[in-house]
Amino acid sequence: MDTEYAYSVSMSVRYGLLALLGREPMHGYQLRAEFERSTGMTWPLNIGQVYTTLSRLNRDGLAEETGQDEEPGRVVYRITDAGLVELTKWFATPVAPVDHPRDELAIKVALALQTPGVDVGAVLQTQRTATLRKLRELTRLKTEADDSDDAWQLVLDLMIFRTESEARWLDHSETRLARASRTTPRSAPQPAADTPKAAKR
Amino acid sequence: MTGDAEPDALELRGVTRVHGSGATTVRALAGVSLRVRRGELLGVMGPSGSGKSTLLQLAGGLDEPTEGTVVVAGVDLGAQSRAGRAALRRRHIGYVFQDFNLIPSLTAVENVALPRELDGVRTRQARRDAVAALHEVGIDDVMDRFPDELSGGQRQRVAIARALVGSRRLLLADEPTGALDSHAGEAVLKLIRARCDAGAAGVLVTHEARHAAWADRIVFLRDGTIVDDTGAPPTVDSLLEGAS
Repeated sequence: MDTEYAYSVSMSVRYGLLALLGREPMHGYQLRAEFERSTGMTWPLNIGQVYTTLSRLNRDGLAEETGQDEEPGRVVYRITDAGLVELTKWFATPVAPVDHPRDELAIKVALALQTPGVDVGAVLQTQRTATLRKLRELTRLKTEADDSDDAWQLVLDLMIFRTESEARWLDHSETRLARASRTTPRSAPQPAADTPKAAKR
Repeated sequence: MTGDAEPDALELRGVTRVHGSGATTVRALAGVSLRVRRGELLGVMGPSGSGKSTLLQLAGGLDEPTEGTVVVAGVDLGAQSRAGRAALRRRHIGYVFQDFNLIPSLTAVENVALPRELDGVRTRQARRDAVAALHEVGIDDVMDRFPDELSGGQRQRVAIARALVGSRRLLLADEPTGALDSHAGEAVLKLIRARCDAGAAGVLVTHEARHAAWADRIVFLRDGTIVDDTGAPPTVDSLLEGAS
């Protein structure tokens, strides 16, 4: 995982937990359960990640211990005023577009085009089969999901639209390359190719 | 999977369709083979001119293949007389198009009952079948309205009810969400999915991956041949088989 992507994931967890604490004070296991529930188990958290994040929020003055622990070892945290300000700022700020997971595909296709002996069409088709399968699995989750659970439905929709955009790009690339392969022979510099052949004969 | 001897809802064996002859020959479909079982929804994708609509017309007996065989509910369409094919179509196959194709002078329930009446079923029984079909798509409350008194989504529901009225179990849909907004479109796809889960078979032709994704299996056509095939989704059984 590249560092920028990892950073964006850890930020999502940080602000996700902060937003949950904005609703009510909670301990680590509650936070994990609520986080997974609100995002439809899309991003399962391990409890270590939750406690690391909580101690950072505590260090940065955004959350604090209430001192009213539910059970021994289950420290309850609440959001601070500074945390509320930070949270409001987060909701008001657009997320920087992160497209790193897709970059490997862009690089693969670009290099396939320029590497002799690689069938770009096959690369695109193999990818499309995988993309369509993923789209089908996401749609299946949507059928099984509770229709009144807006949060989970919208999270799924986002993943569906993103996957769809990849499928559209694959179609677009294939069409563009098919058109190029039809026009290239005519527009290629013919004389340069013809002369040496003619000379050989 | 169920172990009974029920024939596939649809089977295409090496189907080729050539239009024209000589220099103007166009191969709309070239050696396509596929099967759709009951309970299964097949998505067919591909750019315009790839053969999607030809495939649907051949599957529905509206066109005949140049080569190959089309089998609907165990019956070879090519071996039937014109009248036999028409009867098979009425009894087994329903269409859903982008523009709904409802008869404006008939109410919703009359539109749905029509194919039953054409098939010789008594008016009262045809109406009962139509009411049942409308109930299954969740709009029996508007059955006495005319098409222009219905929303686009409701009209498409009527069309789906008509496609599956009586004994009809094969639903052929050509861009069924084309004229609808994304919410109504999704509701229609969800309904087609649900009808297939309840035992119908469906072929869904679309150029949108997001719509095709409602299918169990998606094939991608290019220049009349299947170039991509997602295969069926993994089931608990297939996953266990893979593990052993």
